[in-house]
Amino acid sequence: MSRIEYLARRAALAVFVLLGVLLLTFIVSRVIPGDPARLYLGSRARAEAIQQVREEFGLNDPLPQQFLRYVGSTLSGDLGYSFRTKRPIVEDLRTRLPATMELVLVSTVLAVTIGVPLGVLSASQAGKAFDQFSRIITIAGVSIPSFWLALLLQLLFFMTLDWLPLGGRLSRDILLTDPFTQVTGFFLIDAALAGNWEAWRDALWHIIMPAAVLATYPISLSVRMTRASMLEVLSETYITAARASGLSEIEILFKLALKNAIVPTLTVLGLVFAFSITGAVLVEIIFSWPGMGSYMLNAILSDDVYVLFAVTLIVTIVYIIVNLLVDFVQAALDPRIRMGGGSEA
Amino acid sequence: MSPASAQPLLAIDDLHISFPTPRGELRAVRGISFQVEPGEIFGIVGESGCGKTVTGRSILGLVPQPGRISGGRIMFQGSDLTAMSQAELRHLRGNRIAMIFQDPSAALNPLFTIGQQLLGIMKRHDPGKRAGHLDAAVSLLADLGLPQPESLLDSYPHQLSGGMQQRAMIAMALAAEPDLIVADEPTTALDVTIQAQILDLLVALKEKRGVTIVFITHDLGVVAETCDHVAVFYLGQIVEQGTAREIFKAPRHPYTQGLLAALPSPDAGQDALKVIPGSVGDMVGDGVGCAFAPRCEFRMPHCDRQTPTLMPLGGQQQAACFLYDEIGEGT
Ligand SMILES: Nc1ncnc2c1ncn2[C@@H]1O[C@H](COP(=O)(O)OP(=O)(O)O)[C@@H](O)[C@H]1O
Ligand code: SF4
Ligand SMILES: [Mg+2]
Repeated sequence: MSRIEYLARRAALAVFVLLGVLLLTFIVSRVIPGDPARLYLGSRARAEAIQQVREEFGLNDPLPQQFLRYVGSTLSGDLGYSFRTKRPIVEDLRTRLPATMELVLVSTVLAVTIGVPLGVLSASQAGKAFDQFSRIITIAGVSIPSFWLALLLQLLFFMTLDWLPLGGRLSRDILLTDPFTQVTGFFLIDAALAGNWEAWRDALWHIIMPAAVLATYPISLSVRMTRASMLEVLSETYITAARASGLSEIEILFKLALKNAIVPTLTVLGLVFAFSITGAVLVEIIFSWPGMGSYMLNAILSDDVYVLFAVTLIVTIVYIIVNLLVDFVQAALDPRIRMGGGSEA
Repeated sequence: MSPASAQPLLAIDDLHISFPTPRGELRAVRGISFQVEPGEIFGIVGESGCGKTVTGRSILGLVPQPGRISGGRIMFQGSDLTAMSQAELRHLRGNRIAMIFQDPSAALNPLFTIGQQLLGIMKRHDPGKRAGHLDAAVSLLADLGLPQPESLLDSYPHQLSGGMQQRAMIAMALAAEPDLIVADEPTTALDVTIQAQILDLLVALKEKRGVTIVFITHDLGVVAETCDHVAVFYLGQIVEQGTAREIFKAPRHPYTQGLLAALPSPDAGQDALKVIPGSVGDMVGDGVGCAFAPRCEFRMPHCDRQTPTLMPLGGQQQAACFLYDEIGEGT
């Protein structure tokens, strides 16, 4: 019944979801048309070469044995080879994943720090000018196509004003003359760790536009979600009771009501976060951002199935972790949380 | 101070509260006046929907949206609450005037411990001295008959029984030692045995701490055991008021008589329970004539054409009914 137990249960559930996804990708890999060995060697390969590769990759072993090996190697961090880049997928992910993560994290931080307070204000001003204005803006924000916004920003901030770079994660001259060691793969963190502030500024300048475009949807969404759940909470008797006890409106809004209202927003932001790992593909392409979205798109275009499996797995893991985090925050906020409080993993 | 010269703690004068509705103004409170003396329990009694909560909330400047005070004054310790800014009201709320709600499980925030909520109010009205607050909170909870107050401070509302929740709520109302507490049906949501305990507690607060209480209830029976003065509400108006003793001994208004007759008495069985026939009328419209007329067995022709006002009936008793017209003018 305790919160610890509840969280342990959620974590155990997450392990099963992960195994399920592994089983699914494994099954898909065995039923899709096209022999993996042939895919690996290309369409002109000779039969004995294919046999040799099948032997080498263990493709002739019984399926359960193959599955166990697949799980084992995946868990040990071996995600196989990319047919397209001819490199271990893990190697590719080492730069791709942090690139996307950095982008998505920055946009999520923007959504929380900008969207949530605006949602609170909107609810407290319900029906008044600020609220009407914010509702119009956020409807635009959730419905504007990201590629269009991206092009618009590039036109304004690169072409016209020349304030911000067109794309990429760093300027070429920084890469050549002033590189820094990559520890986390997050340039903003690595440059700061190296004390290379010029590179840090350059990385920041590069991330502003893509992060702003990527953040537009989650910011607008969190304004709307926060507003809706705040309105519900503000009509509760305990808020009237707080007013009756003389607490200030700021305290009531941000210290009390927000704690009661924040969880739906966090849940949705968590989903958007996980979705953006691959869903940022248009933004990544327009801003030449070397992340997961463009990696996955190339894999799709070139039938690079193991990359797709790996990406699926990564996205699943991110979903699981994000959901666990949200559960954790919820359990930390709400003392009434019980086992079986939710069934989605 | 002598009772004669004492200024009333609260004097409500011709209060009107209305809500805009698609059908027109809903006049929830229509010209109410009463006075509450320091150190008494003043009962407001009436059926559901007659404007008790709205009146009680107006004393804290918290009329529910979209309602507003459309006329009259609420004088508290000599100053008019209806003329105060929100900032001024916030200084009074919790500090000089506090409120207890009907359903404690809804009025306590589920995500904060009793201690966080209680100490928050203490800190708000008396910043500084943290440790002092903690001691004060513990002894307050103990005073209110709550066992193990230290561990209670770390409990969340859902871990307490209804009776304990309401005691905790009362502790929060008392946290800043207010002069006036508005208790809106504080026992309605509780079991009968717990009800009696909470009522005893309120009476003890009055007697030991000298707290003044405006006690709102739909149950006339509860009023008899608790209140000093009573105002009987009907459709946003006071139809009868006086001391609790006067009203119970000799109710004059047909509505009050009906309410009293409807109370289950110890020697009558359940089937002897009388209920006033008819249902409460409409609050939209200007309401010429006696509001109770549609349900009144003594209804006279002019009851529909003129609106009765409160008439003095001797002692402190007053009733708004044409049956007592001559008494009011003559003897
Ligand atoms: N928030 C509100 N919006 C519209 N009308 C309301 C609101 N609150 C109360 N009223 C109206 O005011 C009248 C009195 O309500 P209330 O004071 O809650 O009655 P009581 O507490 O005596 O049961 C009712 O007729 C109700 O319809
Ligand atoms: S004024 Fe007339 S209708 Fe109203 S209560 Fe008195 S007798 Fe009844
Ligand atoms: Mg009420």
